[in-house]
Amino acid sequence: MSVTENRVDKKAAEKATQAEQKLKRSRGAQAVKDRIISIFIGFFALAWLFPIIWTFYSSLRPYKEIRAGGVLSFPKELNFNNYIEAISRMELPTYFFNTALITLPAVFLILLLGSLMAFVVTRYSFKANVALLLLFTAGNLLPPQLVFIPVFKMYLALGDLVGDRRFLYDSPFGVILIHVAFQMGFATFVLSSYMKTIPKEISESALVDGASVFTHFFRVMLPLLRPPLASLGVLMTTWIYNDFFWALVLMSTDSKRPITSALGRLTGEFVTDYNLLAAGAMIAALPTLIVFFVLRKQFISGLTLGSTKG
Amino acid sequence: MSSAAQLEKKPVKRQKLKKRRTFSRTDRLTLGVFIGIPTFLHVALVWFPAMATIYLSFTYWTGIHIGDIQWAGFANYENIFFNTPIFWDALRVNVVWLVWFGVIATPLGILLAYQIDREIRGHKFYQSAYYLPVVLSLAVIGVIWNFLLRPDGLVNGLLGLEISEAVSFFGDDRYNIWVILTMASWRHIGYIMLLYLAGLKAVDATLREAASIDGATEWQTFKKVVFPAMKPVNIIVIVITIIESLRAFDLIYIIYGSSGGLPILGVLVFQNIAGEGASMKGAAYAVILFLLSIVPIVSYLRQQFKEDVS
Repeated sequence: MSVTENRVDKKAAEKATQAEQKLKRSRGAQAVKDRIISIFIGFFALAWLFPIIWTFYSSLRPYKEIRAGGVLSFPKELNFNNYIEAISRMELPTYFFNTALITLPAVFLILLLGSLMAFVVTRYSFKANVALLLLFTAGNLLPPQLVFIPVFKMYLALGDLVGDRRFLYDSPFGVILIHVAFQMGFATFVLSSYMKTIPKEISESALVDGASVFTHFFRVMLPLLRPPLASLGVLMTTWIYNDFFWALVLMSTDSKRPITSALGRLTGEFVTDYNLLAAGAMIAALPTLIVFFVLRKQFISGLTLGSTKG
Repeated sequence: MSSAAQLEKKPVKRQKLKKRRTFSRTDRLTLGVFIGIPTFLHVALVWFPAMATIYLSFTYWTGIHIGDIQWAGFANYENIFFNTPIFWDALRVNVVWLVWFGVIATPLGILLAYQIDREIRGHKFYQSAYYLPVVLSLAVIGVIWNFLLRPDGLVNGLLGLEISEAVSFFGDDRYNIWVILTMASWRHIGYIMLLYLAGLKAVDATLREAASIDGATEWQTFKKVVFPAMKPVNIIVIVITIIESLRAFDLIYIIYGSSGGLPILGVLVFQNIAGEGASMKGAAYAVILFLLSIVPIVSYLRQQFKEDVS
């Protein structure tokens, strides 16, 4: 018995070394290939970053230098003057304030209402659960252009009803509401798929303890939702911050518009001093760059939570 | 014995069911509020307006008094299909956009994700580089690319062209669509890469190892092992590619304003709402846009709700 065993062992060992050699050879070829791929992708990565780096570089130069010597001229002056001027001349602080006035309440409401909805749909069994969830998810996917005309008219009509035309139209409140109505669908969908992974026993024990629905949500479920809420919060903040459409069509007073929509107008106005505009754009991009550098984990998981379950 | 055990079990079960079904009055009220507010908001500002737009697309309306709405049948659609050549131009641009995204941008994003997921040298840096444009607002992206492409920008500078003879990348019909598509891809590729990377992380690594031990080449491994295992993500990526191509609006609007230097469906909707009086052509455009996006929306929902419905 031991003899046969030995033989088998030997054979197996031979086979293993052969396979190993083959693997090594193919791994060597693969390593070379990998290096080429890496260089190739690296080249493109630099090309990818180039537009941003170039804009940043340009924002440090005065426009008159480019006027005089062309874009390729060697920089004589590199400083943050454009930034200082952009902040004062473009009224950027006002636009930032407008953005905050829309983004912060909208994100808060999206997270609150989305988690309430997801909570009821996943923790209590109604017949309409799946239908409701479908309604919300599908609604989120509708093109905004499809709902725009009636929303616009409804805002005006409601404004007339309360005696102030600018109650919803041309007001941050109206923009907040439409963002909440749309993005809540996404939040509900993402949060409900997260809640499905939380064991039912937690809810059951809360119910056995006689907790009311209110306590069940705020004391038991909400604390457990912190990770997806953080991800969604970062993602929603970025999306609403970057939104262009709604602030453009639902607001008419420029000084009330958030910074990204205002940038469109500033492009026209400062066409004569493009380097100043570059500084303005870099400042407008700053909050999203913070997301990029600091909150990337949350942003990416927020983005992918909706597309890949679990 | 067994019957005794059953007897013992039954009351417990019944009790549990009972507990779940009876809610106190406050609980019922809380539940009502919890789903009532989000549902009301969502239906009132998304689904109701969407239905209203569909209805309005069959009418003439100046948009002031509801009583003025007149039934028009298919007149608006006939007008668009037979008397509005720009519609076909826009549709063509959208189709080119879709093909470009589908054939070039999305596969590139997938390829990048695959290589980065293999942790080739420098993969962390590469991932960051490609992900950066994803967080940026399209308004900022517009400014950044304008910097490279404007008459006195870098590209014309490198070509050695004076402002008077500079290539107008956004104005010239020979270049503008490709320039815009490059800008759009700059962001889209990173987005797809992130989605796909998340999906790849979920694919069992041993599957790939097994394939490479069996002597499969990189391409075979991807085609035969990884790609099929990624079916759910593939569907999402296809859907996102289609929806993004149809929704394209911001970038064009940033560059051309509502004048529309490059016709595209999303902008046509907007133009016709903002400008044209009596016909509800804008609504009809929105409905066409919606009809085109129904297939991707439904396939997205089917993918996401597979388990819930069955």
